[in-house]
Order: sequence, then C-alpha cells, then structure tokens
Amino acid sequence: MNKNLIPDERYRAGVIPYARMGYWAPDYSPKDTDVLALFRVTPQEGVDPVEAAAAVAGESSTATWTVVWTDRLTDCDVYRAKAYRVDPVPNSPDQYFAYIAYDLDLFEEGSIPNLTASIIGNVFGFKAVRALRLEDMRIPVAYLKTFQGPATGIVVERERLDKFGRPLLGATVKPKLGLSGRNYSRVVYEALQGGLDFTKDDENINSQPFMRWRERFLFSMEAVNRASAATGEVKGHYLNVTAATMEEMYERAECAKELGSAIIMIDLVVGYTAIQSMAKWARKNDMILHLHRAGNSAYARQKNHGINFRVICKWMRMAGVDHLHAGTVVGKLEGDPFTVKGFYDTLREPHTPMRLENGLFFDQDWASLRKVMPVASGGIHAGQMHQLLHYLGEDVVLQFGGGTIGHPEGIAAGATANRVAVEAMILARNEGRDYLTEGPEILERAARWCSPLRGALETWKDVTFNYESTDTVDFVALTTPTY
Amino acid sequence: MKLTQGTFSFLPDLTDEQIERQIEYCLANGWSLGIEYTDDPHPRNSLWEMWNLPMFDVAEPKAILFEINACRKAFPNHYIKLIANNSTRGRETVALSFIVNRPAQEPGFRLDRQEAAGRTVRYTIHSYATDRPAGARYNGAS
Repeated sequence: MNKNLIPDERYRAGVIPYARMGYWAPDYSPKDTDVLALFRVTPQEGVDPVEAAAAVAGESSTATWTVVWTDRLTDCDVYRAKAYRVDPVPNSPDQYFAYIAYDLDLFEEGSIPNLTASIIGNVFGFKAVRALRLEDMRIPVAYLKTFQGPATGIVVERERLDKFGRPLLGATVKPKLGLSGRNYSRVVYEALQGGLDFTKDDENINSQPFMRWRERFLFSMEAVNRASAATGEVKGHYLNVTAATMEEMYERAECAKELGSAIIMIDLVVGYTAIQSMAKWARKNDMILHLHRAGNSAYARQKNHGINFRVICKWMRMAGVDHLHAGTVVGKLEGDPFTVKGFYDTLREPHTPMRLENGLFFDQDWASLRKVMPVASGGIHAGQMHQLLHYLGEDVVLQFGGGTIGHPEGIAAGATANRVAVEAMILARNEGRDYLTEGPEILERAARWCSPLRGALETWKDVTFNYESTDTVDFVALTTPTY
Repeated sequence: MKLTQGTFSFLPDLTDEQIERQIEYCLANGWSLGIEYTDDPHPRNSLWEMWNLPMFDVAEPKAILFEINACRKAFPNHYIKLIANNSTRGRETVALSFIVNRPAQEPGFRLDRQEAAGRTVRYTIHSYATDRPAGARYNGAS
C-alpha cells in the first residue's frame, strides 16, 4: 500500500490533493509491463509541480475532482496511474518533466483509441496546468504484441518493389488542387518514367468538383503501368483514399486494389480508428499503406503544449502504417537534426535506447513490430543529396515535388536528375568516399554527363531553409532527478 | 529501352574496378554475395536463375569478380545482377542489387490492356523477350 495514504483520511468525503489520493508515488519502481509516459508540465502559478504531476496522473487514469467511496470497491491502487518522478526542465524554470506509470490492465489490447483516450483524453484541458505536452512513451513489449504493426514494413516493401540499397524517390503531384484526371496523370507518367519510384496524391486531394476520385485513380494507374512498361521497374502512385466515412474509404481502397496499385494513402486526420482499420485492410490485401501526417503540426510543434511527434511515430508504428512523413532536416518544414533522428529511429529501429539528446526518454524494445519507412518531403532538391543521405540514411522515401516538377527541362528531366544524384551518391558512399564533404563535387562530376542533373543544380544550387526550429531537444547531456 | 532495375542503372555501366569496390563494401558489411541471371526481366520476376549458390564464405573480392566474368562468358546476352544478402535479424533480405551485364539489344515490354467494366482497365506487362523460348532469347540476332 502506498505510504502516502492514511486510509481513514483518504476516503473521507471532500476534496484532497491528487498527490495525497495516491497519484504521487516517488518510491514506485515501474514494472516491465507498465506503460510509461513523460509529460512536460507547466503548472499554474502557485501550483506545486508534484501536485501538478499527480493531477496529470490522476486525470489520465482513475481520478475525478473529489473523493469517491466507490474506489473502495476496486483494487484501486493498481488502477491509479502513478507519477513517480518529477524533474525540472533544463533552462525552462516554469516547466517540469513528470514521469507517470500506468498498469497494463488500464488499456484495451490492440487499441490506439483506447490508449490515447486515457493518455491524452481529458488531461490537456485541466485547469491546474497552464500547458501540458506529452513528450514520450514507453510501450511495454506485452502491449506491443497485441498490435499488428506495419502492414508491409520496410523489408517487404523493398522486396515487392525490387529496390534495394538506396533511398526510394518520390514526388507529390503539383498543383495539388485543380488538375483534371488526364492532366494529373501526365505528371505521374513523366515523373515515374523519368526515374522516380513513386508519385503521390497530396493530403487534400480526395474527390472534388474538378476531379472526382475515380477519374484520378483510373488515369493515374494508366500512367503507373505505362511507366512500368517503359522502364521494367515496379512503380507506384499513392492513391489517397481519405474520405468522410469508412465505407467510402474501403470502396476507394478496393478500387485501387482492382486497378493493381501497389500502394494507397490516408491522412492522419482520418483518426486512429480509421488508421487501424486501413492497416488491417492493407495487410489483408498486400497493399503498402502511406500515411500523410496532415494536421500534426496543429498540436505537435509548440514546445510547451500538445504531443511531441515522436509519440505520434510510436502510435503510428503500432497502428500499422508503412510510410510516415517524419521530416527532412534540410527542407522547408520544421525539424532540427537531433529531433528528427529520434523520429527516424523510432520508426525504423528494432530497439531504441534512451537517448535524451534525440528526445528519447525511455529504452524501447519494438518486439519485432515491422519497420515504418520514413518519408522526407518539403523543399528538398537534388543538390542536397549528400546531406539527405547523411542525415536520413537509405531507408527513406525522398520526395522531391517542386524539385522534380519545377525542373526547367520538364518533369522527366527533374526525375532523372534526382535518380542520378541518389545513385551517384550511393556509389560514392559505398566506395568509402567522404560523401558529405565531397558531395557537391560528386554531383558536379555526374552533372558533366547528365544534363538534367546539371539543370537541377544550376536552378536550385543556393536554395536553403535556415530557420531556427521551434521544437528542439532539451538535453545535451543527462540530468539528475531532484525530487 | 534500358532496363533500369537495380541500384545503379541510371549511371554509366560500372567498370570491373567499380564493381570490385562495391563488392568490398558488401563484404565489409558482412553480406554474402550471389550472382543471378535471366532472359525474362519482367518487373515481377523475383526469381532469376542462380549462378551457383551465394558465396557465403568467399572473402576475396577478386574471386567474386572472377565468378561474375565466368557468368558473363556463359550468358553474354542475359541480364546478370550481383545480389548482396544481409542475414541480420530483422533484415534478412537483399541489401544491394545491381546489374552487371545486359543484352546488346533490350527489346523491353509491351503494355497489354484489357478494357473492363466501367472505365477500368486490367493491365499486363508483357516482356517481348519471352515471345521466344527460353534459351533462344537475346541471342544477339534479335
């Protein structure tokens, strides 16, 4: 029994601090089967950080605002989440890291909606905290084993595509809204036959007045098959099946399957239940499932409130998607190298050790759940190939939208430039060259015999996006607990 | 057409010296190397013929290059690729795969369409080479 509890006082009707209700347990040592969560807590002025942490534990598990006698009909000490450690956040005087442990029986097997209904359900609107951010979670192996995980995974995706040893290349069709089906498929065909592996619908192209979904699907699959015949390679176009209802999504996915597509996509905004449903469908139908993280920055970007994207990465690996946009480091969207490495490792590694400099607060064994292919998209071009390979590795889809379609000599030339750049860089890396330093020279040399690459390098050579990141890691070294 | 399967098909054909350096990279990673050849390069043909077993215990790049050249000599007008197998747990698949020989003439593929219900089409990719019997394809005459 928790030593903070004095039974007769504990259950007297009325309001007592959460810490005294049993939600603060500094002596508790988490079990291997516990779900662990790390919150960044900004208490209201005058609220003790320990009480704020206990309140978060309480409101994300069994508590309500007042004492209820019905607790005593249950083995309530087990069901209470326990805040077991509170650390001040380095260089942020009003913020605290609260570690909270949850018993495995609090959660339904294989359900992201149930897990998240507890962990992020009520607690983010709680008045005693001014702001709250879920920074990381440790999912126990026992719980992971109740999830399907990625429908296809990196290994099987590569085997199906017959593409090994280099990053995959893609492009999102632009303009993302307004093209007719026929004109849309022109972009798909040119990009794929020029050398890309994939093209992609954008997040907000579903079934609008200018192009209904069947028009896009039919014309795009003509393009995919034409490109495949022209090159002898397996090609794909991510057909976005996002729709208003599950019935409609299944109908679109079935059509994609009948047309022979290798891959479909959904948006994060469809919700966790729909994502898990589509992941099951994808496993059953040998389909690669691409997830566009539409909407995530609405809650993931600000440092003091919301959900860190690394947690979304964990949930999505459990939910079962095969692709997830996870940052570019060098492109136009948010993400410093240390934070992005944490995302990529979470998606791709069989085991991620605690590494605070990458924002990973827990050891995480992935229990043989398949690996998610990260996707780098947004403001990247062939001239950055050495940096992209260095930061992101070879298990990644590099998506050059503008960097393909905006090529001065046309879309196919843009695609060829990207493909030649990636192959030249892989060749050099494998030969043991210091490709990060020699990258520009390696590309220049290839551009001597490849005019599309020369055109790309000349067009985008000075384009960089050097803005300070909003979401950065807090640690360069380990901290020690103070409570 | 030029078949662009494999990791380096968009680069000029690799010289033996360049191939040797890729072999060194594979061996340094602990991957075993195998040679496979085919006269049916359909994109879904995942089972090219094996030129002997993968060379699990060969640590000498020159010996592997020797086998590549022996395979080229036996099948000068086939597609030949070098495959690196990574046996690491959780990976256990091909790590690198690139073409080291191709026929003088590459006829490519025809796209067959079967018009089906509504506006749908059933697609089949047909390898021109397979119009001729196995063994008589890519024999130089084309």
